[in-house]
Amino acid sequence: MDLSPLERFAEQVGPDGAVTVVGGRTQWEVGGAVAPGTRELRAPAGIVELEPAEMTVRVGAGTTVADLDAALAEVGQRVVLGGAPGATVGGVLAVGHSDVRRLARGPIRDVLLEARVVSAEGRLVKAGGPTVKNVSGFDLCRLLVGSLGTLALIGQVVLRTWPRPEASRWLAGTTDPFTLRERLARPAAVLWDGTTTWLLLEGHGVDVDAESRVAVDLGLTEVASAPILPPYRWSVPPTELSRRSVDEGYGDCFVAEIGVGTVHASRPQPPRPVAPGVQALTERMRAGFDPTGRLNPGREVLGR
Amino acid sequence: MARSRPTGLAVETGALVERLGLALAPERVHTGGLEDVLYGSDASGVRAGGVAAVCFPETTAEVVSCVRLAAENGRAVVPRGSGTGLAGGAVPVDRPVLVVTTRMNRVLSVDPESRVAWVEPGVVNLDLTRALEPYGLHFAPDPSSQQACSVGGNVATNSGGPHCLSYGVTGAHVLAVEVVLGDGTVVILGGLEPDPPGYDLRGAFVGSEGTLGIATRIAVRLTPNAPDVRLLLLDFESVDDAAAAVSGIIAAGIVPAALEMMDQPITEAAEAFVHAGYPTDAAAVLLVEVDGLVDGVASEAARVDEIGRRHGARHVRVAADPAERALLWKGRKSAFGAVARIKPNYVLHDTVVPRTRLVEVLRQVYEIAARHDVLVMNVFHAGDGNLHPLLVFDAREPGVLERIKAAGDDIVEVSLAAGGVLSGEHGIGLEKRQFMAQLFGPADLDAQARLREAFDPDGRLNPGKVLPEGSRCGELHDLPEGTWI
Repeated sequence: MDLSPLERFAEQVGPDGAVTVVGGRTQWEVGGAVAPGTRELRAPAGIVELEPAEMTVRVGAGTTVADLDAALAEVGQRVVLGGAPGATVGGVLAVGHSDVRRLARGPIRDVLLEARVVSAEGRLVKAGGPTVKNVSGFDLCRLLVGSLGTLALIGQVVLRTWPRPEASRWLAGTTDPFTLRERLARPAAVLWDGTTTWLLLEGHGVDVDAESRVAVDLGLTEVASAPILPPYRWSVPPTELSRRSVDEGYGDCFVAEIGVGTVHASRPQPPRPVAPGVQALTERMRAGFDPTGRLNPGREVLGR
Repeated sequence: MARSRPTGLAVETGALVERLGLALAPERVHTGGLEDVLYGSDASGVRAGGVAAVCFPETTAEVVSCVRLAAENGRAVVPRGSGTGLAGGAVPVDRPVLVVTTRMNRVLSVDPESRVAWVEPGVVNLDLTRALEPYGLHFAPDPSSQQACSVGGNVATNSGGPHCLSYGVTGAHVLAVEVVLGDGTVVILGGLEPDPPGYDLRGAFVGSEGTLGIATRIAVRLTPNAPDVRLLLLDFESVDDAAAAVSGIIAAGIVPAALEMMDQPITEAAEAFVHAGYPTDAAAVLLVEVDGLVDGVASEAARVDEIGRRHGARHVRVAADPAERALLWKGRKSAFGAVARIKPNYVLHDTVVPRTRLVEVLRQVYEIAARHDVLVMNVFHAGDGNLHPLLVFDAREPGVLERIKAAGDDIVEVSLAAGGVLSGEHGIGLEKRQFMAQLFGPADLDAQARLREAFDPDGRLNPGKVLPEGSRCGELHDLPEGTWI
C-alpha cells in the first residue's frame, strides 16, 4: 500500500508506547528530559505546497527552518520562526519560543493556520484550516504551539507568510531603550543588555531610512548584526524591564526584548507560580488528549 | 459519555429566579414571556426556545453565582454580550440561565506605556477605541457591528473586521482573560508576560463562543495609531477585474491595512444611505487602506494604484482628509443596514476561500443566487478571502425562506469545495453546526470535543453549540476498549 509521508508518520507513532518527535535538538532540554525508553521519531520533511499568491505554505514539520526560509526567499516571502541553526519547523512550533522580531511580527503562535497531527491514539487529526482567517470550531492550533508535543505530534503545518522586508538594519548605542521605543513608529526589535541598546528596523527602504535618522539623532549607529543572546529565556511583564528592576537574577548577562518582556539570560528563570485552577485545567487538557501519557512523557509543560 | 443535561420545562424555575435575585438584585434577574422574545434570538434570527432567567451581573462574583445556581438547578448557562452574533451562538437552548454581560461595561485601566487595557466584557468595541483616543492608541479588531458589539463578544467569536488583514483578529489582541468556568472556578488564562507557563489556554478560549467559560475581565493589547493612513477607492467595470486586482495586490507582496470589496447593488444601497460619492455605476469597488510611515504609505499607495489600473480600474480616488476617509468607511460598515431600503430581511453569510480562488468562487455565488432566484449582494473582506454574501429578501414572500436556505447551503458547499472554511469571523454557533462534519472528520471533531471537555467536563456552558452531536467518539460508538476507530 502506498502511504503518504503523513500516513507513514502516523503509522510509526502507532497506538501505544511512549513516543517523542526529534527535530534539530536545538531546544531539546525545554520542559525537561523525556522518560528513558521513549521511542524517537522524525516528522516528515519537505515543502508540500508553496503558493506565493496565497501567502501561505504547507510544509512537513520535520523541515528545517533554514530550508523553509530559503524556499520562501525565492518568492520574496518569509515566516518569522526564529530557532537556532538546525531547528525544525515542528520543533520551534512545539516549543513555542518567539523570534526577537516579536515586537513587530507578533508571537510565533499566530503563524500557524493548520496542523496535521497524530493523536495519542495514532490517528491523523486536522486542526484549523489553510485560509488566513478561520473561526470554524475550536482553535486547536493555538493549543499546539508551545505544547511540547504533549497533546499530539505535529506532522505537517500550513503557515502564514509575509512579504520579505525590502530593507533590514541593526543599530546600536547607549540610548535609553524605553525612550527609543517610544520615539519610533514600528521598530522590529529593541534589545537591551543594561548598557547597550540594539535596534532592528525592517520594512520599506524609505521607512527604514526615516526611522534610522530618528535613531541616529538619539545616538545610535549602524552595526553589522544582532547581539549574541544568552541561552535561557525569562518571561516577565514588559513593564518590569525598567532600569530599576534589572537585578542579578538573570546571571552574568542578559539581553531583554523591550516592549515584549522576553529576557535572554545566562541563568534559567525560577519556576513561576501557577494558579490551582490553571493547573487543574492544564492537567485535564493533557489527560484528555493523551489518556495513557505516551506523548513526550516526562516533559513538564507548566515547569518550563 | 455521561453528561448531566437540563431537564427542560419540568423543573420549576420560580425558586431559581428567586435565588438568582438574592445573589444579584431582583431587578437584575428577569423572567417571563417578554424575556423569551427579547432574548430568544440574536442577530442571526435563529430561535430555539425560551430562557429560565435572564441575569445581568455586575461583578465576577455575581457571574460565579449565576453559574453555580444554574448548576445546582441542572440548567445550562448561555453567555450573551450585545446579541449582535450572526451564528446563533447566544441563542438559548433548553431554557438555560442567560448571563448577559452588558452591565459589566467599565474600562478598568489603561496603561499607555505598556499598551494594555483591562476591560469588562460588556464594553462596546467602539467605546473602547474612543476612550483610547487621547493616548493615540486603539483596539484593532473593528467588526462592522463595532458600534454595538462588545469586547466580550469579540473574544467569544474571535472577531475580525476590515483591519484584521494586517493587524490580526481578536486573538492577536487579547493578552489575558479572567474566566468563570462551568463549575464556578475563576481562572486567569494568559497573562501580561509574553509566555505564561503551560498551554496557550487563552488562545483556546478566544473564539470558543461561550462554550468554555464566561469572560469577566479582559486584558487587551492596544495598537498605536499609524503615523500616516491613506484610503483608496478603486472602481471596476466587472467583479472579475476587481477580484483579480485583489489577488494582484496580495501577489505583489502588499499587505494593506484593509482590502474590502463591494459589488454594484451594495454600493448603490450604501451610497443612498451615506452619500459618500461611491460610483454607483461601477460593477465593483475596492476600498484599500494602507498605513504606516509617511514615505512607505506613499510608495505602497502608488503601487496599489498601478496594480488596480493594470487590472482595469476606471478611477482611483484617494480620500483627501480624515473626514472623507471616515465617510467612505461609514458606507462600508453600514452597508448591511442600508439594504433595508431594498428588502426588509437579509441573511449574511461568512465563509473564507483561498485568496487565489476569489474570482471563481464569486462567480459561483452569483450563479447560485440566480439559480435559486434570490437577490445577492457582496460586501466583504477581499484581502483575506473572507466572503460575506448577503441574501436579501422579503420574508412575506411565500417560499422565499426555503430558497434562501438552499442558496446559503450551496454557498457553503462551493466555498468548501474551493478549499475554504466555514466561517471567517462569525463563528459556528447553531447556524453552521451541521456543516462541521463536511469540513472535519470524526477524529478532528473528537479532538475539538476533548478541548471543550477539559474546560467544561459537565457540558454546562452553551451546550449544543459549535460541535455537532456525537463529536466525541465515545458518544456515537459504544465500542470495546482498544477498538481503533
